[in-house]
Amino acid sequence: MTAEPGAVPAVDLQDLRKSFGRLEVLRGIDLRVAAGEKICIIGASGSGKSTLLRCVNLLERPTSGRVLIEGVDVTAPDCDIDRVRARVGMVFQQFNLFSHLTVERNVTIAQETVLGRPHDLAVDTAMAMLRRVGLEEKRHEYPARLSGGQQQRVAIARALAMDPSVMLFDEATSALDPELVGEVLRVMRELADEGMTMLVVTHEMGFARRVADRVAFIDEGVILEESPPAELFESPREERTRRFLQRVLERDES
Amino acid sequence: MTSGAGSPTNEPPPSRRRLPVSTSTLGQWALYGGTLAVVIFLAVAVDWARLQDKMFRTDLVLDQFPRIVTQAAKNTLIFTAFGFAGGLALGVVLALMRLSTFRPYRWFAAVYIDVIRGLPALLVLIFIAFGLPIALDIRIPGTYGRGSVALAIVSSAYIAEVVRAGIEAVPKGQTEAARSLGMSHGQAMRRIVIPQAFRIIIPPMTNELVLLLKDTALISVIGVTEATKELTRFGRDGVNASANATPLVVAGLVYLALTLPMTRLAGYLERRARASR
Repeated sequence: MTAEPGAVPAVDLQDLRKSFGRLEVLRGIDLRVAAGEKICIIGASGSGKSTLLRCVNLLERPTSGRVLIEGVDVTAPDCDIDRVRARVGMVFQQFNLFSHLTVERNVTIAQETVLGRPHDLAVDTAMAMLRRVGLEEKRHEYPARLSGGQQQRVAIARALAMDPSVMLFDEATSALDPELVGEVLRVMRELADEGMTMLVVTHEMGFARRVADRVAFIDEGVILEESPPAELFESPREERTRRFLQRVLERDES
Repeated sequence: MTSGAGSPTNEPPPSRRRLPVSTSTLGQWALYGGTLAVVIFLAVAVDWARLQDKMFRTDLVLDQFPRIVTQAAKNTLIFTAFGFAGGLALGVVLALMRLSTFRPYRWFAAVYIDVIRGLPALLVLIFIAFGLPIALDIRIPGTYGRGSVALAIVSSAYIAEVVRAGIEAVPKGQTEAARSLGMSHGQAMRRIVIPQAFRIIIPPMTNELVLLLKDTALISVIGVTEATKELTRFGRDGVNASANATPLVVAGLVYLALTLPMTRLAGYLERRARASR
């Protein structure tokens, strides 16, 4: 909401479609994310929300439609996708830290190989990012020695070290033990407060309510409803949205 | 926890568990007794003096040294090193071809691997040494050259399968994380996937190395000069010269001195890799 009108959106999805064989997972997604905006994407499992996120940085190739990152059509055949991906940070459900590398090396390796940063600068940046997520003292550990929450915070630091213009979070807390969810959400909330553009697929309704500028409810491959959290959670327009929220909130209460 | 009739369980029902213990104690005593009988029989029936004279003659044992180490074992290790280096390089390329999205690469690698694995190593070796010069006028210079090339060709097919399994065992999320950070496919492979794959395949790869070391014995059948004799040829020539089995026994012991530490090392590396993960 911070961008002035007419500015180039950070992410612009236009009639995005994705099929796996005969199964059509995304059936025409339109979504504009302005710079600095935080969008939470909610929906039942299998509704296509992870696929949507994976299409943004082309881990999945859309079947049709366009994906524009800061005005650049990344679905164009001549687009250098590696350069675009370097500007789009992604955090995975399963953390996906490089298990053969130390925490510090996890955060420096892409800075050096992709951005061409000198080693010393990459290390300085890594330390700054690890400090930000509160894990600088773990720099020499291997990922297997960290808790899930710590691993996910390192994964966030790794993505941030690339100076991304957008961060994608693919159910970043879903694989964590309940007591570790908080520390990751806290880091994500701080990031949001600092003005990072964020696209967050999540089951954490509390986080969505507090942090999102807009919440998009995905159902059967389309964005059924998209509005500010207060509106979507308090007075959903669609019956399906209402039923989904009811199910989720029941679970949270029981 | 059901142990009733009709439910297939691996565990025997608790009431019968004590029974096998007593039979196995009985069985163990029978085994000890049998072993003792065989030992006594061997001690009495075997002509130990003759056996020692034909297999462990001290002067012949000493005669093998130092050349069995400085020449024969050295050559065995040279063939192993060159064969393995070539086989590893070729095997990694073949594994990447098999995993390529470019179909002709996949087909070529699959056919190569199937053909080589389906042929006796000895046939490939003889073909390289004698078939190629006749058929295609290709002469690989030197026994070192011919032997190493043949071993590299044979081992590459097996190594390719080990490497491919290792690459496939690296979780897909590792590649996705690397690509999402902007690494190219090649960078992700070189920096992230292949290093992890190699950790996974160190034990099976050491196994391949031991097999290759033993396969160097095949080189004894192609023309070998005095300087390029490896352990098996050295032992065999020793047998011919002395009409005694001692040189072959010594060669066997040298093989064991090389292979046993390698298998032990593989076990150690495997434990260490598991600990660091």
